[in-house]
Amino acid sequence: MEERHRRRDLKLYYGLENGDQESESSVQHAMINSTDPCNLDGSNFQPQTYLSKLIQERSLTELMDEEQKMVKDIRGLDSDMQTLVYENYNKFISATDTIRKMKNDFRKMEDEMDHLASNMSAITNFSASISGTLQDRRQQITKLAGVHSLLKKLQFLFELPARLNKCIEMEAYVQAVRYYTKAQRVLHQYDHMPSFQGIHADCESIIKQLRGKLMERFRQKESTAKQLTECVDLLTQLGEPAESLCDEFLSHAKQKLDEDLDEMKTQIKLYSGEPAPGQEQRPAHAYMNAGMDVLEFVDLGCNGFLSNMCLVIASYNDMFMNRTVTDESLDTIALRKLVLFVNELMEQYFNSVRQRVQLEKETGDNTILVRALDRFHRRLQAMNKLLPDTDFSRAGTEIVSRGARDRVSHYLQSLKQHFADCLTDIRQNLAAPRLVGKQDNTARLSELLANMQSSVVEQIKSVLGNLQAFIAPDITFAMKPYFRGPFCSQDVREGLVVAFIKHICSTCNDFCEVPGDKTSSPPALLMILSRFCIDLENASISYLLSLAEEQFMVEDRMPLTSTTELFSMAKDTGQRLLNHYVRVQGLTISQMLRKSVETRDWLTTIEPRNVRAVMKRVVEDITAIDMQVGQLYEEGVRKERSSDSSRRTHALSASQPNRRPQWNYAPSVDNSLMSNIQKLFSEKIEIFSAVEFSKVSVLTGIVKISLKTFLECVRLRTFGKYGLQQIQVDTHYLQLYLWRFVSDENLVQVLLDEIVCSAVHRCVCDKAMMEPSVIDLICDRG
Amino acid sequence: MEDEAPVIYGLEFQARSLCAQEAETESIRFLVGTQSLRAENQVHYIDFDDENSIIKKTIFRHRDGEIWNMSASTFDPFLFSTCFNKTSDSKSEMRAAVWQLPNSEMEPSSPGGDDSSSAHPHLNLMCYLETPADEGASRADVRSVLWHPAGDTHQLIGICEDRLVTWDLDTASSTAKVTSSKNIEGRGHSKTISGRWNPHHNCQQVATAMDTAVRGWDLRTMSQAYQIESAHSQLVRDLDFNPNKQYYLATCGDDCRIKFWDTRNLTQPLKILSEHSHWVWSVRFNRFHDQLILSSSSDSRVVLHSVVSLSSEPYGHLVDNDDDDDEGNSDKEDREADDDSLKEESHEPPKDGVISTYEEHEDSVYAADWSSADPWTFASLSYDGRLVINHVPRSEKYKILL
Repeated sequence: MEERHRRRDLKLYYGLENGDQESESSVQHAMINSTDPCNLDGSNFQPQTYLSKLIQERSLTELMDEEQKMVKDIRGLDSDMQTLVYENYNKFISATDTIRKMKNDFRKMEDEMDHLASNMSAITNFSASISGTLQDRRQQITKLAGVHSLLKKLQFLFELPARLNKCIEMEAYVQAVRYYTKAQRVLHQYDHMPSFQGIHADCESIIKQLRGKLMERFRQKESTAKQLTECVDLLTQLGEPAESLCDEFLSHAKQKLDEDLDEMKTQIKLYSGEPAPGQEQRPAHAYMNAGMDVLEFVDLGCNGFLSNMCLVIASYNDMFMNRTVTDESLDTIALRKLVLFVNELMEQYFNSVRQRVQLEKETGDNTILVRALDRFHRRLQAMNKLLPDTDFSRAGTEIVSRGARDRVSHYLQSLKQHFADCLTDIRQNLAAPRLVGKQDNTARLSELLANMQSSVVEQIKSVLGNLQAFIAPDITFAMKPYFRGPFCSQDVREGLVVAFIKHICSTCNDFCEVPGDKTSSPPALLMILSRFCIDLENASISYLLSLAEEQFMVEDRMPLTSTTELFSMAKDTGQRLLNHYVRVQGLTISQMLRKSVETRDWLTTIEPRNVRAVMKRVVEDITAIDMQVGQLYEEGVRKERSSDSSRRTHALSASQPNRRPQWNYAPSVDNSLMSNIQKLFSEKIEIFSAVEFSKVSVLTGIVKISLKTFLECVRLRTFGKYGLQQIQVDTHYLQLYLWRFVSDENLVQVLLDEIVCSAVHRCVCDKAMMEPSVIDLICDRG
Repeated sequence: MEDEAPVIYGLEFQARSLCAQEAETESIRFLVGTQSLRAENQVHYIDFDDENSIIKKTIFRHRDGEIWNMSASTFDPFLFSTCFNKTSDSKSEMRAAVWQLPNSEMEPSSPGGDDSSSAHPHLNLMCYLETPADEGASRADVRSVLWHPAGDTHQLIGICEDRLVTWDLDTASSTAKVTSSKNIEGRGHSKTISGRWNPHHNCQQVATAMDTAVRGWDLRTMSQAYQIESAHSQLVRDLDFNPNKQYYLATCGDDCRIKFWDTRNLTQPLKILSEHSHWVWSVRFNRFHDQLILSSSSDSRVVLHSVVSLSSEPYGHLVDNDDDDDEGNSDKEDREADDDSLKEESHEPPKDGVISTYEEHEDSVYAADWSSADPWTFASLSYDGRLVINHVPRSEKYKILL
């Protein structure tokens, strides 16, 4: 047991890996079987158990073998142990030797270490004494070095003026400024010393000079932006206040821009034909300088003014605003200055452009104007990007739409002019002697009307076509809703088409409002115009409006004049013109009748032999009017007319035996009674009433007016016997010829009856009526 | 609100002339003259009882011929003048005379009584108004006679076709002496049709209508003061002066229009009304409320206009609506009217326009006149002899009064 422990310890000491294979495996084995009491090598080996087990289990031979084996093992183990002991002994001896040797060596080393310690302390003492001796020297040296650098600086200062001069000479302004800024503080600090003062003064003067030079360069027109930036940089370093520099810069820029603006202004003057001041007025020269067209002008503005403006803004931004050093407040001030400046100039620029655009009056092609406006608009948008806080495009668009509106109103003017021309044409045509013959004459009015209609419509169409240039797809502003919407609906539709239609109506209305009828327009013109208005209502208005809406894609967002309103306006106008026509024609005939009744002495007139010439004239005139109206208006409806028109020649005797003869037999009181009763049943006759748009209605109106006048005039006169008879003859004649013109022949009958009735009343003698047969005879003859 | 119905009175003859009894300010009275060539003409003296809407009439015989125009004296209710047509076989002439209503008219008979012509009394002829015949010309036809508007002097003016004649009546009105005569013939022998005496400027002006022109005359110098060259495009039929605004004048004519003028500025009419569909024969300002204009026309209509903008009360009555407190004692009718007018009015300024159109006539209405006694009553006369007495609609009346 003891031996085994030792072995294990040794094994542990030498490491397991160094043990031989066998022992290792045995150890393993031992480990495995450590709890087995029969394991020879196990730690729990119990010889008794092992032995008893062996004896129990094995045969004798086996035991014998086992015994032999065991002896052999014991022997082997013994030899092993001997070798081990031997080996280990050797090792131990050598170790002892080594330890002894080491003991000697250490003793020697200890001595040397003591020696070293004593040496070190000696060195320390030495160094302390040396530093003590060197202390003073060192202080002096540092002082000297300080003096040296001071002197160097002073030298720099003394040389500074010269250097600066040199720098300025060499135009090395950057260097100069750097020198100066270096020295400035010192100079300031030691200002109280006379020598420094001198230098300071020198420097100041040089710097002033330098500043002057810089300012000069700054102000020079030719200096490039880079130079300017440099100047500004230097000047701010020199303590120039940034604000005043801003101002300086802007005023400098303003000069340039003003030149551009002036150029534009002179162009405007040239264009508008004003002589430029101080310019000689040689014709050729003037012709040469007729001013550029609007496109060139806008180009001039864009390339000159606007691009310069952009440059200014850009360099201004570089100089004053996007710098790291500047503080916030300065930034905002600078920005505000810039915005003010830009706004002011842009204002002027806009004014010029506006003026120029307003000068654009020619009726011709729009394309140049549109292109000019487009370019202008685009350029402004570019401007907007440059200066974020301001919005020029609004003002620009305003100018553009103003230009467009001017254009529209200009067109409207020309349309009006054209319409007026049409009217003059018609007037002349009507006034012209009718050379071509009668059959041509019949077609004349309708022809004139058709001409006028087509020419007006054509004119509007061409104007609309011209205006379309404004909304061409390649025009940028045309795509903007804030331009397009108002332009299409407000300007084109309302401002042009609707306004023109309204103008037509009001012009036509003016014809009805002529104060003195003496200078009024020819009735035929009224006729044509009234028909024109009706046609407007029927077709042209809707056609023109839909054309405009189609071409300009008007959306129904804004309140627009409705078509029905225009319709009713046109219709009203047509109605009024026609009424006026009826009135004028009626009055001409009335005038004739009135004169004829007033100037005659009815008391003493002779027995009637003929129809008076004036009656024939009246019938002739009415026939002429009938023809005139017939050219433009349809026949219209009549009240039931008897198929047998020839009977009218015998109307008095044949068809109305119960009415006419009463004058012959009845006394006057009955007469009035009869006529009153008759009136009771017939409708009241409106004399100057509105007429329908038909020939019959127009003629009825005219006849009514004429006969009513006749009636009133008869009532103002006193008749003798023959006077009354003459009236009878006249009225009968009228009856014979007028019935065919009117819608209701009864109406003529009633009025004529009333005339005769009144004449009977106004007759001094009773029972003076003429026999109907005689009347017929006279009328047939006449 | 129910308006009083018009009262209609029929004459048996045709008639053209109508005038209010100017000097009478108590009761509503009109004079109507008939126009008949063959029968004896009459002057109907109409008394209208407003309370009961009853017409009392008295008929007088006017033996001298058909009456074309008549006008009542401004100082004596019984005096009036007529212009009448005297016809013989070969000629007719227009003459004028001053008449007096006989005193027996104090008991007017009711209509429908016996009216045989012999029963009617004659008018008392005071005097003929003779026109001086000069240079061999025949006597001028007198178209109308004007009484001095204020009634201060017994002066009369005759508007003749070619001249202006003034007479002085003596105090007994028995003789008329010609004081002056002025030839006012226009170019081309156009004849003067009518005229009015301007009640302003100390009654020193007369305006006449001749053809399409209106001419103003200064009576002191008997010379033309002003002229509206083409007042109307056709004949001017009648004119009237605004009784309260001295420069304002209304004219009417054959162009169916009524025009208002300021005699200081004659280039443009102040206003034009075209409500009639035929010639306008008469135009009259209401004597009390000059925004009310009455016009009659041969379209057989009478139109009552309101021309507040040119009246002397352009903003309505300047009294505030203080009628809230007298609600208690005002009678029922008034209260109803108040409510109505308040509703209608509601403080909006009155506007110009037609108040009413009266269509009771069947024939041309040649004359219409306001009552001299009641500001709300007027009469109109059509050629067939129908006299219609009408009232201003109540709503309008209260609008003016309140």
